[in-house]
Amino acid sequence: MSIHEQQEEIIEEFGLFSDWMDKYEYIIQLGKELPLIEERFKTEENLIKGCQSRVWLHAEHKDGKVWFTADSDAIITKGLISMVIKVLSQHTPREIVDADLYFVNAIGLNSHLSPTRSNGLLSMLQQIKSFALAFHLQQINNAKS
Amino acid sequence: MITGLNTEKIRKNFPLLNVKVNGRQLVYLDNAATSQKPLEVLAALDKYYKEYNSNVHRGVHTLSQQATDAYESARDNVAAFINAKHSHEVIFTRGTTEGINLVSNTFGRSFLKKGDGVLITAMEHHSNIVPWQMICEEREAILKVLPIDNNGVLMLEQLDALLDDRTKIVACTYVSNSLGTVNNIKEIISRAHARNIPVLVDAAQAVQHMPVDVQELGADFLVFSGHKLYGPTGIGVLYGKEEWLNMLPPWQGGGDMIKTVSFEKTVYNELPYKFEAGTPDVSGAVGLSAAIDYVRNIGIKNIQQAEHELIAYALDKLSAIEGITFVGKAVDRAGAISFLMDGLHPFDVGELLDKQGIAVRTGHHCTQPVMDFFGIPGTVRASFALYNTKEEVDLLAAGVQKAVAMLS
Repeated sequence: MSIHEQQEEIIEEFGLFSDWMDKYEYIIQLGKELPLIEERFKTEENLIKGCQSRVWLHAEHKDGKVWFTADSDAIITKGLISMVIKVLSQHTPREIVDADLYFVNAIGLNSHLSPTRSNGLLSMLQQIKSFALAFHLQQINNAKS
Repeated sequence: MITGLNTEKIRKNFPLLNVKVNGRQLVYLDNAATSQKPLEVLAALDKYYKEYNSNVHRGVHTLSQQATDAYESARDNVAAFINAKHSHEVIFTRGTTEGINLVSNTFGRSFLKKGDGVLITAMEHHSNIVPWQMICEEREAILKVLPIDNNGVLMLEQLDALLDDRTKIVACTYVSNSLGTVNNIKEIISRAHARNIPVLVDAAQAVQHMPVDVQELGADFLVFSGHKLYGPTGIGVLYGKEEWLNMLPPWQGGGDMIKTVSFEKTVYNELPYKFEAGTPDVSGAVGLSAAIDYVRNIGIKNIQQAEHELIAYALDKLSAIEGITFVGKAVDRAGAISFLMDGLHPFDVGELLDKQGIAVRTGHHCTQPVMDFFGIPGTVRASFALYNTKEEVDLLAAGVQKAVAMLS
């Protein structure tokens, strides 16, 4: 599935619930599907800055695609990072860097999350993009040499 | 209904309490952050801007005289509310934080020398830590801290040892915003005074919950904010004993705080104007005065008793929830209840409460050292005001249980 299709799927699933408590139930459920980061990668470096709760994110570049794993000490945060990873993991660095992420606004999360959480979500997205950018630049350099 | 207060009637005076949040009736339990405002306060603000808005202490025209009268009678009203000896012992500020900064700066520059000490406590809000830290750094003085125990109560047995010859001032909160502890401030003041050390009382979480009498306490300085006392934001009070305020130099310079200005020498105005540079928050003072009238009409002792019962009810109700831990277990308490749910991040609980229309605060509540002491990232804090009801406490308890069920 492309990043676009993944986003559409999440938007559709969110649309099934009209009550925000149900939407949160869904976010919490997504958290349980999060590909968990290995304990050894839970380092200070992999902590995302700007999150009030602790979020660790690890990225690996293999077979031309980026694979993300993560964890958090807060359950809703875990759901949010899971959602983001669902959309962006297993795509090429270029695809991730170029991705137009509209699903957060489309499902109304931006206005429903507390400000600290939505800042945290923004930091997660930025961190994912910067991982992808680093891999992308690495690829270009490798191609040159 | 709670004994003594007709909460049903009171709630009709607070339009914001009827707001719906996330499709649910608002349950507002973040009163330690700010309280909602009664119609009387909103009407006073409206009237001020519609009928006599003008600058104070300057004009000869009628409106300016009316505004000045209203501003100065607000000062008299504040003085009466806290039983200050003189109205000119009441300085209007932007809030508690500004009051503390005013004292830390002026007192610090006048009386703190290298190696002197300032004593605060381990349960202070950041606004009663950082200003003292800043002046201590500047004056090469030492910031000392009276510790708390595991119940979140000050260890007063260590107080006398900390009140040594080099200690120049004590700054202590009356009521902890994150733990709900009510400190025995009268005892602290009396012990400090026995060593001739003045005391600043942070009453930001006290004046809305209990009678505060500066003369009875013997406070040298006392600060609070209007917005936690059902008044507008942006207005606060610094009370200072006349003899202390006269000894302190002005803080900010500008209009209104001067008698005469020439390029060679400026003669400062008298109290209280010496500390009120620039156009003050006249509407804020008028609104605060209306809030004080409102509280006085209901009776602060009635409020204290009703809130006391409500907090006892809330503690009882919440303690029945499996996995709850209270942070702060003082016997003498007011305003706030802080808690954690076993294995759950406070943000998760707070966010799911919000989605059920229940406004609480989560996090460190601007008391990071308190959180560090207990080794926790933060708490969920429910804080109460005169309009809160037992039904709302029931909704809180049910909301917490629902959140826990979703998160486990």
